[in-house]
Amino acid sequence: MNFTLAEEQEMLKKMARDFLADKCPKTLVKEVQADAKGCSPELWQEMAGLGWMGLVLPEKFGGSAMSFLDLAVLLEEMGRAALPGPFISTVVTGALPILEFGTDEQKQKYLPGISEGKTIFTLALTEPGGNPNDDLGSISVKASPDRDGYVINGIKLFVPDAHIADFLLCFARTDEQAAVKNGHNGLTAFILDVKSPGISKAVLKTIGSDKLCEVVFDNLRVPKENILGKLNQGRDLYQKMMPQAAVAKSCIILGSIQQMLEMTVAYAKERVQYDKPIGSFQVIQHYCANMATDVDGLRFAVYQAAWKLSEGLPCLQEAAIAKVWANEAFGRVSTLAHQIHGAIGVTIDHDLQFYTKQGAAAALSFGSSDGWREAVAWEMGL
Amino acid sequence: MDFKFTEEQEKFRKEVRDFLEAEIKAGTFQPSCDAWIQGYSPEFTKKVSKKGWIGLTWPKEYGGQGRSHIDRLILTEEMLRYGAPAACHWFADRQIGGGILRYGSEEQKRTILPKIMAGEAYVGLGLSEPEAGSDLASLRTKATESGDYYIIDGQKMWTSCGVFMNHIYMVARTDPNLATPKHRGISEFIFETSLPGITITPTIDITGSTAWAEVFFDGVKIPKTAMIGEKNRGFYQVVNQLDYERAGLERLMGNYPLFDAIIKFVKETKWGNNYISKDPLVRQKLAQLRTEFEIGRLLTYRVVMVMEEGKAPNVEAAMAKQYSTGFEQHLASLSMEILGEYGQLMAESKYAPILGMAPHSFLGSKGYSLQAGSTEVLRGVIATRGLGLPA
Repeated sequence: MNFTLAEEQEMLKKMARDFLADKCPKTLVKEVQADAKGCSPELWQEMAGLGWMGLVLPEKFGGSAMSFLDLAVLLEEMGRAALPGPFISTVVTGALPILEFGTDEQKQKYLPGISEGKTIFTLALTEPGGNPNDDLGSISVKASPDRDGYVINGIKLFVPDAHIADFLLCFARTDEQAAVKNGHNGLTAFILDVKSPGISKAVLKTIGSDKLCEVVFDNLRVPKENILGKLNQGRDLYQKMMPQAAVAKSCIILGSIQQMLEMTVAYAKERVQYDKPIGSFQVIQHYCANMATDVDGLRFAVYQAAWKLSEGLPCLQEAAIAKVWANEAFGRVSTLAHQIHGAIGVTIDHDLQFYTKQGAAAALSFGSSDGWREAVAWEMGL
Repeated sequence: MDFKFTEEQEKFRKEVRDFLEAEIKAGTFQPSCDAWIQGYSPEFTKKVSKKGWIGLTWPKEYGGQGRSHIDRLILTEEMLRYGAPAACHWFADRQIGGGILRYGSEEQKRTILPKIMAGEAYVGLGLSEPEAGSDLASLRTKATESGDYYIIDGQKMWTSCGVFMNHIYMVARTDPNLATPKHRGISEFIFETSLPGITITPTIDITGSTAWAEVFFDGVKIPKTAMIGEKNRGFYQVVNQLDYERAGLERLMGNYPLFDAIIKFVKETKWGNNYISKDPLVRQKLAQLRTEFEIGRLLTYRVVMVMEEGKAPNVEAAMAKQYSTGFEQHLASLSMEILGEYGQLMAESKYAPILGMAPHSFLGSKGYSLQAGSTEVLRGVIATRGLGLPA
C-alpha cells in the first residue's frame, strides 16, 4: 500500500505542468475556444513530439509503453491547464481499444499515426433520443450487410472532435434479432474513415470548449475489415473502454478542481475586506477545507482506479466510484470557488470560467452520475 | 502507487476475521454499532490480548509486537466491520500507549504498557470539562503540588470509557501563574480510578446509552510519578495525541454493522412483489453511500500511510475524521429513509427491521462530528495548517 507517485511519475507530472504552463496559457485556450477547430495543431504536434499520444502504446507502434497510471498523471495536468483538443478522444477511445481488440493489420495501420500526432480518432456512441444512462442499449444506428461490407445509416450525437477527426470508432447495430432480448447484444464497433462519402458533421454549441458534434450517416459504406473486435460483440469493447474513458475524464476533473482550489486559496489570502484577508474568516476557511477534502478524496479515488487499470485488475466499481465522485466533487468545489472569488470570478476575463466550463462538460461525459451509481449498485450485488 | 495489501497482510486480515467469526459463533458478542466505544467486554478484551493484538505497533522491548500501522489498520478495520466490543482496550491501544511511549517515563513504560497489553488497564480519556470543550486549553481542573503528590480538584465531562475504566488519563492545570497563554501550565497524568475522592457519574446520551461519564475529583491525591512527560508541557503533548485519536477507521466505520444490515435487508426483503433492492431509488442511495464510504476509506488509509512514514498525522487525520463522520451520519439518515416508516422503530419494537439499528444510529451518530475535535475545529486545522490560511 502506497499512495504516492513514483519518482518517474513525479518527473512526468512536473514536465507536463511546466510544458503546459508555457505552451498552453489561458490566452491560447481562449483563442482555441473561439476557433472553429477547437484545437491548436502546433501544440498537438509538440505534444506528439513529447511522446504523449503514444505514452501507453508499445514501442513498435511508436509509443513508450508506459502505464495507464502514467497516463492519469498526464491527464490530470491537462485538466489543470484546461487544455483543449482531442487527446482523450484519440488516445483513450481510439488507440486503447485498437490496441486491445485490433488485428495486427489494424494496429499497424492506425497506431503509429496516432503516436506521431498525425491521426485523430474519436468515439461515436450516443444517439439522439437515447437513454443517457444507457447509451449502448439505446443504439439504433444500423449497419446492414452489403457485399463485402456494411452500409451504415443513422445519427450519432455528442461525438467529440468529429469535425477534425480522421476516424470514428462507431457502434452500430448489426443483429436486430439479438437486441430483442437485450439491447446490449448484436452491436458491432466499426472504424469509419471520415473522408468516406456519406458522413456529414455539425458542431454543437456547448458549455465547454470541447467540440461535440452531430454526425449523420447516409448510406456510408464500410468494408468488413474495419470491424474492431468481433462482429456482434461490440459490448465487450464497450465494457473495456468505458471505465478507462470515465477514469480519464475523472483525471481531467481532478486537475480542474485542484487548480480551482489553489486559485481560491491564493485569492482568499490576498483579498482584503473588513481590513483582513477574507481567508482569515472561519466561513471562508471551512469552505476551503471542504474543497481540499473533495480534491484529496477524488485524487485517491481516481488514482486507485487508474492503478487497477494499470494492473489489469477488474475495476468497474472503482472506476464508477471515481466518476461519481468526480462529478459530485466538481459541483461542490466549483460552487465554492465561485462563491469565494466573488463577482470577479463570474467574468469572462477570469480564469475560473475555463475550469467551470471544462468540469461541467466533463461531468456529463462518458456516463452520468446516476448511470455510474447504478454500476456501483450492480457491483454491490443489489 | 500501490493500492493493494501484501500477501502477509491479507493473511493477517484472514486471521483476524477467522477469530472474530469464531467468537461470534461462540456467542462472545453480537455485532453492533458503536461497539468500539461502548462495547464493554473484559472477556473479549482478554482474548484480543492473548492474540497479542493490543499494542500491536508498540516496540518489542516493551512487550509490543513491533508491527506496522498498516497491520493495525487491518486489525481495527475488521474489528469495526464485525462490530466487536473492543471498548475496554480501544482508547489505551489507540492513543494512551503511544503517548506514554513518546513522553512517559521508563517506569511508566514498564508498568502501564504491560497492563494495557494484558487487557487489564481500561483507560478513560479525561480531557473535556464543562467550560473546556473545543477550547480545551480553558480547562480548570487543578493539580496542586503537595510534597511527593499532586492533589487533583475539578471535573471532567464526556469521558470516554468513563463508566468502566479502571485508569484515567487526564490533563490538569499545574501552574496557576502560567495562565497566559492559557495552554501553558497544563500537565498530563495517568492513575487508577479506585483512588479516594473520585466520583464517576454516567452520562446518558440521546439514544439512552451510557456512552460517557462525568468524573469529579475532590482532593484526589496522586503520586508525582503519575505525571506523563514534562510539567506544564501537557498541552503540547496532548495535541499530538489528539491526532491519533482522530486517525482511525472508527471515525468511518463506527456504525458499519448498519451498512451491512441495510444492504442485506434490501436484498432479502420484498415490499409488494419486488425485492427492495430492485427499486432504482434505493439502488441510487446505497450506491451513493458505497461511493462516500470508499472516499472515507481512502482518506483514512492515507492517514495510516503518513503514520507509517513516522510522521504525526495532523492535517490528514483532521480531513479524514471530519469527512468520515459525515458519511456515518449520512448512512444513518439514508438507511432510515430507505426503511420508510419502519425507520423509526426502535430495537424493542414489534416490526422493527434490522434490530432498530437505523434510528439508533441516526441519534447516536450526531455525536460523531463532535467528539475528538468537532468538524468545525478540524476544518480550521485543514484551513490553517493544511492550506496556510491566516489564523
